[in-house]
Amino acid sequence: MTRSIRIGMSTSDIAAGAEATFRAISTYINRHQLPVEVKQTGSLGVCHREPLVEVDINGHSTLYGPVTPARVTPLLDFHFGTDSRGVSTEWLISQQADRNDYPFLGKQVKVTTQLCGLIDPHSLDDYLAHDGYQAFKQALTMSPAAVIQAIQDSKLRGRGGAGFPTGIKWDLMRKRPISPKYLICNADEGDPGAFMDRAMIEGDPHRLLEGMLIAAYAMGATKGYLYVRAEYPLAVSILHRAIQQASEYGVTGQNILGSGLDFEFVIKEGAGAFVCGEETALMHSIEGKRGMPRMRPPYPAEYGLWGYPSNINNVETLVSVPSIILNGPDWFAKLGTETSGGTKAFALAGTIKKSGLVEVPMGMPLRELIYDIGGGGEAGRTIKAVQLGGPSGGCIPQSLLDTRIDYDDIKTTGAIMGSGGMIVLDETISMVNMAHYFLTFTQDESCGKCLPCRVGTRKMLNILERLVNQEGTQNDLDQLRRLCDTVGRTSLCGLGQTAPNPVLTTMRYFEDEYLAAIGK
Amino acid sequence: MKLQTKKRLKKNVYKGDTMPPPPPELAEMLAKYHGQPDALITVLEEIQRHYGYLPRHHLEYTARELSFPLSQVFGVATFYNLFQLKPPGRHQIRVCTGTACHVGHSKVILTHLKEKLGINEDETTPDKLFTLQTVACVGACSLAPVMVVNEHTHGRMTTDKSWQAIQPLHDENDVTEVES
Repeated sequence: MTRSIRIGMSTSDIAAGAEATFRAISTYINRHQLPVEVKQTGSLGVCHREPLVEVDINGHSTLYGPVTPARVTPLLDFHFGTDSRGVSTEWLISQQADRNDYPFLGKQVKVTTQLCGLIDPHSLDDYLAHDGYQAFKQALTMSPAAVIQAIQDSKLRGRGGAGFPTGIKWDLMRKRPISPKYLICNADEGDPGAFMDRAMIEGDPHRLLEGMLIAAYAMGATKGYLYVRAEYPLAVSILHRAIQQASEYGVTGQNILGSGLDFEFVIKEGAGAFVCGEETALMHSIEGKRGMPRMRPPYPAEYGLWGYPSNINNVETLVSVPSIILNGPDWFAKLGTETSGGTKAFALAGTIKKSGLVEVPMGMPLRELIYDIGGGGEAGRTIKAVQLGGPSGGCIPQSLLDTRIDYDDIKTTGAIMGSGGMIVLDETISMVNMAHYFLTFTQDESCGKCLPCRVGTRKMLNILERLVNQEGTQNDLDQLRRLCDTVGRTSLCGLGQTAPNPVLTTMRYFEDEYLAAIGK
Repeated sequence: MKLQTKKRLKKNVYKGDTMPPPPPELAEMLAKYHGQPDALITVLEEIQRHYGYLPRHHLEYTARELSFPLSQVFGVATFYNLFQLKPPGRHQIRVCTGTACHVGHSKVILTHLKEKLGINEDETTPDKLFTLQTVACVGACSLAPVMVVNEHTHGRMTTDKSWQAIQPLHDENDVTEVES
């Protein structure tokens, strides 16, 4: 009889009080001398019910949440003691293996987050027990060109937001005759309201390392930088440990597994700058300079870190790679739409009933995600719009919620897919206020190198401030439109080019609110 | 390699340099990064972890010992949000202003704390007890609005709850002061 208890101990679990719950469970087990294994895992994504506890008896698992310390004793009495009074259904989340009794989990398709919340992120053995590093070993039996072909066939597109086909990017790198080549993983998740990357690193760090190893083999890179946000101390410490374990396991260093590949990991902690999500700025930051972007071309594949060919991928992109190699590119492509394969993770938050981390196949309509998985508006209120892609993204109004989750489909609405922040806004929220909020953020984070972004965002913010205070004029609206156009077209990097998006989409779909904001 | 490091040190301590050698703990920190041009951010992060902020003289030492122009050290220290040039208070209060928290009215909480503590954002109370800051998202969006006091995250804040979370720290300090 195998009995185990899994408790989520990610940053969001800890914020919800998981540490106290864990202590209560340990005390209970010690007191009753129970032969039960307690495992600390990453986040399962059910953030609205944290702290989560999963009781597993002979492979039959039951998921509970929120489990406060006071609920630990009755819960464990029910499972391991003689108390047959049962547990309040209020705490019960799901008791079916496929989780179909809880649509928030049942309707998801987990690829990149499949092991988050199931395995102990500190344990390499746990990862190895779930086909860990098998994909890398399989990739080593293929030629680098074949690996890249598989990635191209899988229709994997960059998950950082722009959606550039990953295979093409890797192929450019492979064909560069210069060495050394650098691989950079962008884990500088600066978008306020997004935490997919953090959850993946905290839940399943070895999958990211494995994805990087496969990428390094495919393009011939010898050094991999992990640029992690400094606000994620737990993710950084988990990564340090995982790299140590990977090195002991023999998948880093010289001549890895006899393949002739040399590769090492380096962790760089970002010091908090949103603009460092832009690839040239990120490279400057790794070089120890101010994180300011530069003109492109030359692209990083031609002139990257210290002038050498470099490739930058988002965490989610790299985490998708092992599954593609193991299950085949066709399997991955079939999960998604004609143009983008696989799944996409979203950090669902805002005024929604069930918030958390969700992963759905590409092509799912937004409506299904928000209503079937997210459970609709908080407190039964009507949902007005959804903000995708954070400060660089835009709002999609209720009327367009049938849009499919796909890079191209979402672009037609004026918003962007973004890295995965999804904020649901209900009728109580003013859209002018939201546009003002996002502009405050981009204006503050503008690095100041190019004039359109430095001055333009400031001017836009001034106008929005007047509108929020009901002091604007019709002339302000016209000028705001012109500024959006100029800043979007002439800014140096993605930060400035996308900064007008929240304003443009809210003006397009909620013009009445802007007109109402004009002072009398 | 070792010889080179020595030479570099000698070269930097030029005649007329009025700065004494750096304090031993700082010298130890800096010694690890000699000859690494990409280490500037890492060095500053380490100094800040040790001292709680970046003291002015320590920036000057960093520039001298690691052969960076002071302008570059200062440029990096002022570019990133993480770095602080002023000493923080004993307790750090950070109110999350991420999108989810903004929608959850984190601004009201921030205003309330500003009034209660009598300081603005990025300021420290005169008794050096509290520093009030904002943070662009701590990733606990399901608990929005969120406030972080020292390392402890408080979720689902209201104006009253936010003050309740800070009050014990405030009172506790009063007691210790009386005792001493």
